[in-house]
Amino acid sequence: MKQTVKALLTSFGVLASALSAGVGTTPAHAQAKTITLCWAAWDPANALVELSKDFTAKTGIGMKFEFVPWTNYADRFLNELNSHGSLCDLIIGDSQWIGGAAENGQYVKLNDFFKKEGISMDDYMPATVVGYSEWPKNTPNYWALPAMGDAVGWTYRKDWFARPDVQKDFKAKYGRDIGVPKTLDELRDIAQFFQGRDIDGKKVYGASIYTERGSEGITMGVSNYLYDYGFKYDDPKKPYAMDGLVNSASAVKGLEAYKELYKCCTPPGASNSYMSEGLDAFKSGQVALQMNFFAFFPGLYKDPNVGGDKIGFFVNPAGPAAQATQLGGQGISVVSYSKNQPEALQYIKWFSGGDVQKKWWALGGYSCAKSVLNDPSFPTSAPFAKEFLQSMGMVVDFWAEPSYAQLLQAEQKRVHDYVVADKGTAQEALDGLVKDWKAIFKEEGKKF
Amino acid sequence: MNELSASSRITYRAVPVRPGVARRIRGLSDRTLAWLFITPTIVLLLAINIFPLLWTIYLSFTNYRANRANVPTIWLGADWYQSILTDPDIWAAMQVTAHFVIWTVVIETVLGFGLAYLIDKKFRGHGMWTTIILLPMMLSPAVVGNFWTFLYQPQIGLFNYVVAFFTGRAASSFQMLGDVTLSPWAIVIVDAWMWTPYVMLICLAGLRSIPDYIYEAAEVDRASKWRQFWSITLPMALPFIMLAVLFRGIENFKMFDMVNLLTGGGPGSTTEVASITLKRAAFESWRTGYSSAFAIILFVTVFGLANIYVKALNRVKSR
Repeated sequence: MKQTVKALLTSFGVLASALSAGVGTTPAHAQAKTITLCWAAWDPANALVELSKDFTAKTGIGMKFEFVPWTNYADRFLNELNSHGSLCDLIIGDSQWIGGAAENGQYVKLNDFFKKEGISMDDYMPATVVGYSEWPKNTPNYWALPAMGDAVGWTYRKDWFARPDVQKDFKAKYGRDIGVPKTLDELRDIAQFFQGRDIDGKKVYGASIYTERGSEGITMGVSNYLYDYGFKYDDPKKPYAMDGLVNSASAVKGLEAYKELYKCCTPPGASNSYMSEGLDAFKSGQVALQMNFFAFFPGLYKDPNVGGDKIGFFVNPAGPAAQATQLGGQGISVVSYSKNQPEALQYIKWFSGGDVQKKWWALGGYSCAKSVLNDPSFPTSAPFAKEFLQSMGMVVDFWAEPSYAQLLQAEQKRVHDYVVADKGTAQEALDGLVKDWKAIFKEEGKKF
Repeated sequence: MNELSASSRITYRAVPVRPGVARRIRGLSDRTLAWLFITPTIVLLLAINIFPLLWTIYLSFTNYRANRANVPTIWLGADWYQSILTDPDIWAAMQVTAHFVIWTVVIETVLGFGLAYLIDKKFRGHGMWTTIILLPMMLSPAVVGNFWTFLYQPQIGLFNYVVAFFTGRAASSFQMLGDVTLSPWAIVIVDAWMWTPYVMLICLAGLRSIPDYIYEAAEVDRASKWRQFWSITLPMALPFIMLAVLFRGIENFKMFDMVNLLTGGGPGSTTEVASITLKRAAFESWRTGYSSAFAIILFVTVFGLANIYVKALNRVKSR
C-alpha cells in the first residue's frame, strides 16, 4: 500500500512539473504573450479587430482591445497615460495628443525602430506624417506610425437630390440646378431649402453639423468654416502670434456663417450633436446633409435605409478665402509604460506592411500609406475614396501642443457660447479666444 | 418564568487563559484599550481623508500638473486663489450652482413635504404609492441623465409632447436642453423628479414621530386642522425638514453626473455648475494646482455654510 501511494505521488509530481514546464503544449504560439490595443469605439475599430487576427495568426501574439466611446475617449486614455498606467501596450491616440505624449515621455520614440526595420515616413501621405507622427511638427521626430487617415467630409441624400419635385422647386427658388455644393454658400442654400420640407409625408431638415459642448465637437465642426474663411492659428513666421489671424475680420465672418447654418438649418434639439448624433439624424432620414468624419462613410454606404444609391459624399466646400478641412485620424504609438514593448513594436512593424495596409483599407480602415492611396485604382475603389484623397490634401489640424486640452476647452466654450447660447458677438468670441489662448501659452512659458 | 429566574440558571465555566497574556491585558488602562480599538479607524481616516486633504492644500499653492510630473514644482503662494476669486467665469459657474441648489432645494422641500403629508394619512393603497414615488430615487444618475435626454428630445420626447398638449405649442418649437432660458430649469426639473422622494422619506419619518396624543389634546381644545398644522405638525417636523434641506443642499452643491449627462454644461456655459468647471480644470486641462485651489474654495464654502446651518438646526431641535 505504502509503495502504491508513493508511486501515485511521484506520478502526480512528474505530471505537475511537465505541465509547468510547458510539456504537452505543442504549438509554440499558444504560450505567446497578449498585448492590448487602446482606441475609440467606432466602425474602424471593428475593422482593426478583424485585421489583427492575421497578426495573431502570424506571430502567435494574442490581441486584446480596449475601445472607449468618443465622448470619453480622451478622458479615459489621457488619464491612463498621465497615471503611467500599463493597460495599453499600443494606443491609437488622437492627433492632438502627440505634443503632450512626446514631451511627457508617454510614447516611445520610434526613429531608431523605424530605421532598424526599414520603415520610411516617405511611404506615407505627408499630411498624415505631420499630423499623426511628428513632434515638434515638421521635424523628423516620430512618435507614431500613421494608422488611420481621416478628415471631416459631408454626406448628402442623393435620392432626394434626384427627385423631380425637389429639382424643380430648387431651380425655381435659387435659379440653378441642385447638386453637390462647391461653396459654403451653396451648402447653406441647400440646407435651407430642405429645412422643414416634406419628403414622402415626413418633415425633414437641412443639415446635421457638430455642436457638441463637452469634448471637442463644436471645435471640430466650426473649424471647417473658419479655415475656409481665412482663419489661421498663428503666424507661420512668428509662432504663437495670433492677433489678427485667429480674430481677423474674415474669421469672424466664418464664425457668423457657421452660426447662421446652425440657426437656419439644423433639426430641433441639435444643440449638442457630434458624430453619433449626426449618424442618427442621417440614418433616420431626418436630414439632407451631414457633416461627419470619413471614418463613418463605409458604414453609411452599407446602411440598408440610406446607403447605396441613396447616399452621396463630398468634400468640405470652399469658402471665400480657401478650401480646407479639419484633420481627424490618428497614429499608432507604443506606450512607454508598457511591459510588452517588443511585441507592441512587432505589431507596428506588421501593420506597416504593404499587404496589411491594403487589407486595412479593404476592411473599412483608412490607410495612410502611399502604396494604397497612390494606386491608380484607389479613387474608384469606394464611392468616397476620391473625396477622401482630395480631403487629405487640404487638411488643417488643431493645435497639437502639450496644452492642447486647455486650448480646446477655451475654443469649445467661446464658440458654443456664441453659436448655441447666443452670447455676445462673433468678434467678441474670437477676441476672447485669443485672450484665453495667450494666457495658456503664457502659462506654458511661450514667447510671442 | 421571569427574566431573572431564566438568567439565574446560566452556569458559568472557567476558560483557561494563559497567565502572561491575561496579566498583560489586565495591566492595560481603559484609555490604552480605547486607543487600541480606535487606532485602525484613525489610521484609515488619516490615510484616505486627512492626508489627501492636506496634500490638496499643499498642491493648491503650487504650479503642479499631474500630467507633467517631470516639470519642477514651483511654489506660487496664493496666486491660484487670487486668480480664481477674481475670475468672472468662476463666478458665473457659482451663480449657476446657486440657481440650481436654491431652486432644487425649494421645490424638493415643498413637494417632498406635501407628499409626505399625504402619504402619512394612510389612505387605501398608500404603501403601493409610497413605493412608486420612491422609484426615481433608486435609479442611477447616469440612467436618469440619459432617460431625460430622450424625454426632452424636441421631436420624439414625451416631455415636449405633454407641454404641447397643454399649451397648444408645437412640440418641436422649443428645446429644453438647447435653450439658454430653459436649460437651467431643465436640470432643476430632473433633479426635483429624482430627489423629491428622498425629502419625502425624511419628512415622513418626522411626521410619524409626532405622537398622536398631541393631536388628540388639540382636538379636545377644538383647534382647527389649519391651527394643528401650524402649531404642531410643522414645528415638530421642522428638524427633519431642515435635515433634508441640509442633505440636498450639500449634494446639489457637488452635483456633477446628472448635469454632465444632460447638458455637458451647455448651451455655452449656461448650466456649467462648479463641479463641471472643476472637473474640466482637473482632468481635462490637468491644471492640478489650480483645480486643487478651486476644490479647497468649494470645500470651505460648503463646510462653512453647512456649519452655520447645523448650528441653526441644533437651535431648532433644542426648542
